[in-house]
Amino acid sequence: MTRSEIISSTEPAPTGAALLEVDDLYVEFRQRSGTVHAVNGVSYSLAPGQTLAILGESGSGKSVSAQAIMGILDTPPAVITGGIRFEGRDMLAMQPEDQRKIRGPGISMIFQDALSALNPVYSVGWQIGEMFRVHQGASRKEAKQRAIELMDRVRIPAAARRVNDYPHQFSGGMRQRVMIAMAIALDPRILIADEPTTALDVTVQAQVMDLLKDLQQETGMGLILITHDLGVVNEVADDVAVMYAGRIVERGTVDDVFTRPAHPYTEGLMKSVPQVEAKGGRLQPIVGQPPNLAAIPSGCPFHPRCAHRRLGAAAAPGRECATDDPPLRLVAPGREAACHYSEEVLGV
Amino acid sequence: MGRYIARRLLIAIPTLVGASILIFAMVYALPGDPIRALAGDRPISPAVVQVLTDRFHLDDPLFVQYWEYLKGLLSGDLGTDFRGRPVLDTIERTLPVTIRLTIVAVIFEAVIGLIAGVLAGIRRNGYFDNLVLVSTTVIVSIPILVLAFLAQLLFGLKLGWFPIAGTRDGWYSYVLPGLVLASGSLAYVARLTRTSIAENMRADYVRTAKAKGLPPSRVILRHTLRNSLIPVVTFIGADIGALLGGAIVTETVFNLPGIGRELFDSIKAQEGAVVVGIVTLMVFFFIFFNLIVDVLYAVLDPRIRYD
Repeated sequence: MTRSEIISSTEPAPTGAALLEVDDLYVEFRQRSGTVHAVNGVSYSLAPGQTLAILGESGSGKSVSAQAIMGILDTPPAVITGGIRFEGRDMLAMQPEDQRKIRGPGISMIFQDALSALNPVYSVGWQIGEMFRVHQGASRKEAKQRAIELMDRVRIPAAARRVNDYPHQFSGGMRQRVMIAMAIALDPRILIADEPTTALDVTVQAQVMDLLKDLQQETGMGLILITHDLGVVNEVADDVAVMYAGRIVERGTVDDVFTRPAHPYTEGLMKSVPQVEAKGGRLQPIVGQPPNLAAIPSGCPFHPRCAHRRLGAAAAPGRECATDDPPLRLVAPGREAACHYSEEVLGV
Repeated sequence: MGRYIARRLLIAIPTLVGASILIFAMVYALPGDPIRALAGDRPISPAVVQVLTDRFHLDDPLFVQYWEYLKGLLSGDLGTDFRGRPVLDTIERTLPVTIRLTIVAVIFEAVIGLIAGVLAGIRRNGYFDNLVLVSTTVIVSIPILVLAFLAQLLFGLKLGWFPIAGTRDGWYSYVLPGLVLASGSLAYVARLTRTSIAENMRADYVRTAKAKGLPPSRVILRHTLRNSLIPVVTFIGADIGALLGGAIVTETVFNLPGIGRELFDSIKAQEGAVVVGIVTLMVFFFIFFNLIVDVLYAVLDPRIRYD
């Protein structure tokens, strides 16, 4: 061990340090037809045991930002700038090989459609065991044994018998459990779940979310839950960040954000959810289309669809919705929103 | 699986019979008199013509001739040519040459084609990819006859690296003809692999493999290549069946006494028994290698089950 290593290893870890800090993250895809701005200045942090939900519609940049954190975007075409720090280490400045070694034991990820996300030509046991063989040099036999244990842990019935089965031989919910088993194999500090229940039916969704919740309580890992499903967020998340056009437009605890949205987009999302009480009424969709990420509207990207927008003379100075880009600012204790008129949306 | 293979082999029998009838009828329909062709310019006595005509049943109707042939076939006798040489001997003499040529060609095809295809596919639109695209287009566009002579001229005469004719140097004599014979298929394998790899690189399970923290080499070899091999294996398998049918041009230009050249000579001489024997054998090879391909499918992709 060199002198500098001794010093750094004895250095006390900063107290209350975040597991993951994302700082002003930008992801662009440069294409011949123009640059697609998928993520535009996203910042957040995640603590051990915390569940952060990232909520947004398709094309809001929520999956791309997660893949940028994982380091599994191909660069080029993707161009990533900003800061991604895992346990204080700058992931973007790292050698690809060091970054790779974090994937699995450090940060792990599960994907939406387990049928296509699992390799069809290898048995599930082989695919789970691969984590131990590659990262820990385990033997085939040992890897298989531990794969069976993991399959037990994610409550796949008859794990020992099913370990040699292939993904297509499992039901959708069981396949997602296989994905989860693979992702938690090396006890990651952070698990990113990208739409983990979207492809599943409702009862199975609940089981899978319960499983994730239980595993999180056992291991204390940080969980980033990427979803467009408000119900899922409500059930399991502590905090929520709402994304629109590649940026976070609102952030706070789930209770706060869901009961009193501070951004017109969040407000629109809440209103668009079918309500059991309001039987027979019409749903209220958010008018207009999600923005084209190759040509994001000027000013506030949401202004063309916004019910609260103020344009021209109606706007306060420096707060014209079509020209002035609203920063993410503190609008109430523990609440942040990127809207010039959040107070009005909150009704204070 | 065993039952599937047995069933496929049983289906092969009527296919073979049908193919041999077709070939038999086509040779029967050829204009001209094979006995006259045998004699060439020399005079031949009517008695000899009569004897030969009787021995080979040339005056009998098609189905009588075929029946005589089939009777012989069932007792392991493929018949004789008009000079009295057993067809089986001809096949035994020429087939090993063609088999060696095929082995060399398939090795070139699979090894070079796959490597070029993988390297091109993982960096699509890169320098190597463009090189592969251009060179394969050039190779496919040049007729094999021209390629064969070019190869002889360049590697045989100018550089002197390889023998250009005959089989005196053992396996070494097959390198140049094998490369020429493989060139078209090689280009095809490279392109097929490239497309297949490039497509699979975007697959969700490859993204998963990256997210698992696997080294890039493992992501490509274990998680991309194997899934990309299925169309390539199909092509190579079918191609082996075709290559074993002999390559008339390559075998002629490189003076290899293989089965393709023999077939060509036999057609010219209207040697019905030889033509039918060789072509039926080719059909068998074709069926057999297609069966192997189907079995390999199930090995490569567990979603395919035949029982």
